[in-house]
Amino acid sequence: MTTTTAPATETTYAAYARPLWQRLLLNRTTAMVALLVVAYVYAYNQVPFFSGKLTLYFLLMDMAPILLMALPMTLVIVTGEIDLSVASTLGLSAVVTGLLIHDHGFSLPAAALVALVVGVLAGLLNGVLVAYVGLPSLAVTIGTLALYRGIAVGLIGTKAISGMPAHWKDLVNRHIGTSSYPLVVIPIVVLAALFALLLHLTPFGRGVYEIGLNAEAAHFSGVDVRRTKLVLYVLSGVVSAFAGVFYLLRFDSANTDTGTGLELQVIAAVLLGGVSIFGGRGDLIGVLAGVLLIGVLSSALRLQQTGSDVIEIVIGVLLVLSVISTQLLDRVRSVRGRLRRTTRSAPAPEVGDGSRKVMS
Amino acid sequence: MKWNSPRFAAAAAVALSASLVLAGCGSGSSSTAGDGSSTGGGGGDTTVTFIPKNLGNPYFDTSDKGGETAVKEFGGTYAQVGPQTATPDGQVPFINTAAQQGIKAIVISADDASAPCDALKQAMSAGTKVVTFDSDTSADCRNVFVNQATADGIAKVEVDMIAKQIGDSGEIAILSASANATNQNAWIALMKKDLAANHPNIKLDGVVYGNDDDQTSFDKTSALLQQYPNLKGIISPTTVGIAAAARYLSKSQYKGKVALTGLGTPDQMRSFVKDGTVQEFALWNPEDLGYLAAYAAQALVDGTISGPGDSFKAGKLGNYTVGGDGSILLGKPFVFDKSNIDQFHF
Repeated sequence: MTTTTAPATETTYAAYARPLWQRLLLNRTTAMVALLVVAYVYAYNQVPFFSGKLTLYFLLMDMAPILLMALPMTLVIVTGEIDLSVASTLGLSAVVTGLLIHDHGFSLPAAALVALVVGVLAGLLNGVLVAYVGLPSLAVTIGTLALYRGIAVGLIGTKAISGMPAHWKDLVNRHIGTSSYPLVVIPIVVLAALFALLLHLTPFGRGVYEIGLNAEAAHFSGVDVRRTKLVLYVLSGVVSAFAGVFYLLRFDSANTDTGTGLELQVIAAVLLGGVSIFGGRGDLIGVLAGVLLIGVLSSALRLQQTGSDVIEIVIGVLLVLSVISTQLLDRVRSVRGRLRRTTRSAPAPEVGDGSRKVMS
Repeated sequence: MKWNSPRFAAAAAVALSASLVLAGCGSGSSSTAGDGSSTGGGGGDTTVTFIPKNLGNPYFDTSDKGGETAVKEFGGTYAQVGPQTATPDGQVPFINTAAQQGIKAIVISADDASAPCDALKQAMSAGTKVVTFDSDTSADCRNVFVNQATADGIAKVEVDMIAKQIGDSGEIAILSASANATNQNAWIALMKKDLAANHPNIKLDGVVYGNDDDQTSFDKTSALLQQYPNLKGIISPTTVGIAAAARYLSKSQYKGKVALTGLGTPDQMRSFVKDGTVQEFALWNPEDLGYLAAYAAQALVDGTISGPGDSFKAGKLGNYTVGGDGSILLGKPFVFDKSNIDQFHF
């Protein structure tokens, strides 16, 4: 990374035209983090009971499955693909784990391991169909969304499984020491660090962005597009399965409708976090801030006796505003760029912003 | 130039609009809820939060309306919150929130018998009383369960209704849900017992199963009438079955000749009661159910009841006693007919 000041490069990389501090502070991720901080501070001071010790605990427990599934989902969406089957994978994993413990006397670690393998297989099927067969991911994962849910229904029918071992349930509900952080924060932080490392600091991660910007160009510059996508879907499957085990232990219940609808909450959070649905843009910090912002808003609104209808409206409006702001930003930037070029006496080459994928 | 950078402007716009949304919600909220220090009228600090299975469900709108009436009667503070769709875990955040706010009592119809359990236990250990109604959780996750009807009560009212309508003699049949539906099978067994013991002139021709599917129930009704030409009455102890059977009868030559009764909801049955296809049918009154649940909550909060054997007065409904398993029975099923059906909308 270098700060370029030479005017010659200005037209090549629009984003690098500004000094480092501007690039670090004035971007969408920072705006999202700032918004999160503003919302949290506001709620902490203004919303009754929000400052209570349990608020953060419940908030993190509620958002934990979404935080987990949003990590691989970010990478999948950055490549320009999507995975709608995550909530069904979560449900299937909860059902498999519950069934093995309840009906077949497995210990939790053994059952969870089987569930993770199921998650890998679920991801593998998605990955093979999308990356190697070349089918559109939207269609494939709508199909597997129904398929994995269907398998779960086939496994347990209409009955509900409960009665998980008490010490494992207690472990999931435990706090870290005497803090208000639940224990599940530890795997979330570890996984978030790993995924951030993978996306932002490895050649694999650069490949993920390149695929999102231009899969063909990525292929010709040596990125194994197929393998990358396959790996991402498998990661998505296995993390969803892990979230399924958490879900089962937290609620002590596995049903055929466990986790229904979570996939849209995950995708909404990822998009709110600044990831472009067309791929190639976004980062994990923005996504984590996006998920937590949804958590803070829902928690604060609930504490004010607001119904779930209003909560969903607020989050929906926020999501639309965030997408509009991104679009507007690009529009304004391209207009400004054009104005600057026309006012300059020396004609600059017109290739400019083409190096960045502009959605419009 | 730095401050009018478009990127900054847009970010600021997002932040501003979001904070406006937040602020708007802040000012519109009811600040009375959860405010334990406010003492309005007598017992004004009894905060009761109703958590239905999901919002926008006419059945729970009716029951929670009854709850609201009761809470107002005893001068408490009423609130209704809940998830948008009925998923097993959807109620948990709302239970947690109520516990954080120090709400005195939660009145909940559980989406799942076990998923809200831990949250309810936490709420109880924080001092919140928990009343379940309509759908119970495991017994250790609530203080009392307000039960809408017993199997005996349902079976008896259905037999009584059909006996009255066919003059206590003749052939009848039962159109049930699925062959392995637990509730329906229990009721049918009790109905058979009641018929044998108290109605010797009524002959039960058979039980058919519509699988709680509208079309199947419709077809089964048609088949019943052809198979048993002397049929005088049909009992359908399921809301889907009775509505489908009524639709068939209302369009057929049997309208008004073959009696139909069972368990139904007023909205589904209104037109059939008005056109004379159905004279009366039963269910419980959800408004009374919510009303009783709210009074049970208050009785728990002020210590009038704490376990089996204790009694309390539930406003206009009179006195109730907590049963052995911590359940409070609303009473006999409620019979809907032409004279009262327009008072109900669920």
